[in-house]
Amino acid sequence: MDALEILFTASFWVAAIRIASPLIFATMGELICERAGVLNLGIEGIMTAGAFAGWFTVYSGGDLWAGVLVAALVGALFGLLHATLTVPLGLSQHVVGIGITLLATSLTYFTYRLVLPEVTSPPKIEPFQPLPIPGLSRIPVVGEALFTQTPLTYLAFVSVAAVAWILYRTPVGLAVRAAGENPSAVEAQGISVTGIRMGAVAVGSALMGVGGAFLTISAFNSFFFQMINGRGWICIALVVFGSWRPGKALVGAILFAAFDAYQVRLQQISGGIVPYQVFLMMPYALSILALILVARRATYPKALMIPYQKGER
Amino acid sequence: MCPQLVAAYSFMNGKEAFPQRHFPVTPVSSNPALRLSGISKRFGPLRANDAISFELKRGEVIALLGENGAGKTTLMNILFGHYVADEGTVEAFGKLLAPGDPRAALDAGIGMVHQHFTLADNMTVQENIALGTQSLWRMRLDRTAARRRIEQLSADFGLAVDPAATVSTLSVGERQRVEILKALYREARILILDEPTAVLTPAETDALFRTLKLLVAKGLSIIFISHKLHEVMAVSDRVLVLRSGQLVGERATASTDRKELAALMVGQEVKQAEVSPVKPGAPLLALERVSTTPYNGAGLDDVSLTLTAGEITGLAGVAGNGQAVLAALIAGTRRPTSGRISIAGQNVRDWSPRAALAHGVARIPEDRHAIGSIGDMSVTENVIAERYRSPRFSRMGFLNWKASRQFAEKLIADYEVKCPSPDARIRLLSGGNMQKLILGRALDPDPEIILASQPTRGLDVGAVAYVHRMLLEARTRGAAILLISEDLEEVLTLSDRIIVMSKGRLSTPSARGERSIRELGELMAGHSGEHGDHAA
Repeated sequence: MDALEILFTASFWVAAIRIASPLIFATMGELICERAGVLNLGIEGIMTAGAFAGWFTVYSGGDLWAGVLVAALVGALFGLLHATLTVPLGLSQHVVGIGITLLATSLTYFTYRLVLPEVTSPPKIEPFQPLPIPGLSRIPVVGEALFTQTPLTYLAFVSVAAVAWILYRTPVGLAVRAAGENPSAVEAQGISVTGIRMGAVAVGSALMGVGGAFLTISAFNSFFFQMINGRGWICIALVVFGSWRPGKALVGAILFAAFDAYQVRLQQISGGIVPYQVFLMMPYALSILALILVARRATYPKALMIPYQKGER
Repeated sequence: MCPQLVAAYSFMNGKEAFPQRHFPVTPVSSNPALRLSGISKRFGPLRANDAISFELKRGEVIALLGENGAGKTTLMNILFGHYVADEGTVEAFGKLLAPGDPRAALDAGIGMVHQHFTLADNMTVQENIALGTQSLWRMRLDRTAARRRIEQLSADFGLAVDPAATVSTLSVGERQRVEILKALYREARILILDEPTAVLTPAETDALFRTLKLLVAKGLSIIFISHKLHEVMAVSDRVLVLRSGQLVGERATASTDRKELAALMVGQEVKQAEVSPVKPGAPLLALERVSTTPYNGAGLDDVSLTLTAGEITGLAGVAGNGQAVLAALIAGTRRPTSGRISIAGQNVRDWSPRAALAHGVARIPEDRHAIGSIGDMSVTENVIAERYRSPRFSRMGFLNWKASRQFAEKLIADYEVKCPSPDARIRLLSGGNMQKLILGRALDPDPEIILASQPTRGLDVGAVAYVHRMLLEARTRGAAILLISEDLEEVLTLSDRIIVMSKGRLSTPSARGERSIRELGELMAGHSGEHGDHAA
């Protein structure tokens, strides 16, 4: 198959959307946090914890949707821990974020070993199955790519619309955006900056948890170590790429996923002449390029990473 | 339209009593709009407010007058719930206000226009105004009603602003109107304006005053915080004077005058600086046919300028005509694209901030917060910032903290700086006190050349007179001073020679009193054929 032909196959785009789904959830989560003024570097660890929590719920006999819910709750809990340290206590968001990532990751592996001490190969579950949407899924290529996915992928797209609606069309969204831009504007209107920021970090982290769970209960069917593999960090970049806008961030996530799906296919047709690591590198190199081209003029939320202390001059 | 809005409109139009929603107690009672009793607040050893009590009557305009650092803003922040007072209570319309809760203040009908605007720049005017006015858990913002109401309020009170505009695109005057609209939208009955004119042009100030009159006519009570005497005289019914955190005087505006208020505010008669006859000496700094790239306004276009010892050269002009780049050039932070700089007749090639300092140029920067100081560093660190490499403050790369601290203490004592200790972060100081330190830092080594860029911007009467005295003393000592100021009165008072800057070029200099204010104004507006000349 020709390298260009790949781009017109439905299977390629189905894979791209599948790869994009966890990124979409987690990117929306990070976007909410950052719009409220909190950089959440706990994302990598929260995704790991969500991946395990979702999978383990299903493994112990829970429903698949119960798995999603538990993953969200676990994410929210780590988010609350992050928010408590960074918002009312005003600690460095970098340090706390990295700490949360280390804590959540280690705690997850530890728990895995505690509950499954004997296993050598990761146990499997029955994951979400593709649910073709009648009619729409028959549209060639585009329809197949978008509408023969699992319910969790559909939920990822719904989450983008929901985040966009909440940020731009609801009073609480106004407060979140103002908290990330000028928290004193929020306080002067009688709203608690602490409340808004903590809420945003908790909700955002819940989405990260679901993003992690997508990998274990929709994309694959088991949990193994290192499976998040830097996806959290990619989401941080995707938020910047998307200039803190949900729609643009979605485009970024799909673009990155498409590069990723493409490089796998290129590896297969290259016949081993080029080392496969070169292809592995491709999506990351292209992301950096895209960031340089697109996000140079991005305007940051002005209060991002600045703790707000009431009454401080 | 919802009933609340209807009620609010009728109130704003003076047709009806204020809606009952905020005031379960009948508003007809004789309670004053606001009553402060024994408010005290300390920041460390500093008494920002000391047992302050006063009342604001309904429909009254009180001016709260005081120098920077007198405690005006602290008091208002307590009132609005940003700070919690150590002692004392606030009552609004006879009801005790919960301390430390802006929401309580808003619900009691108190609206505040902060000195530093509390607007989110990335959002529209309407979004900023609507923020927090609807239940946070509604699934949908009510936009049309909000928009209609904002337009109505804008029209009623002369507060023209486009509700759909993003705040970052607005001028300072427009942003202030948004702040006032925010308060009115919430049906404020008491409006507090903290130094509202500090950022306005004269025309905008007039418009603001007209708006305030309309508001008072509709029954609002207003607290107007200022240190500008003529404004206080123009807008208020009653003046309260704060000094060092204490209420030191209360006057009916009709029965007082600027002089009495100034004396009350400063605590003594304000001594205007006396200007002795000029004795010009040798030329110390010369720019020859210098041009630069634009920076914060126009760039310099073939400019020549000589500063002579023992003389103050005043540079008048409308902001943005090249003053910023000229100041940066002399300070060494910008370099010319063409032309020469010479010090005492010697051509200087490697011009840089360090070279400027080494050649005896002292700098009083235009923006004391952004350029003049490092907010989160201590007073001591800030006062040695320009000279930490000198043997006086460091040896073999190690700072001499003892000498540095002594220097800071000396400046604090000599310049009467109000500050808790040399270790305090400089951003906690008021503008006037910060400026005194910057002045002290610049003048301590007896510099030969002094660049004073907007040296009194935002300062109160006492501090302005102080800065003027110091500059005149340096002139008597024989320093060459370049005074760049947008305040024409200041330029006229201090300068021995006046040059007008317009579109990056300089006018010919005129001696003290040679050109009338009108002639200078025309030059500032660029209406003159003199621009071809290479001045001085």
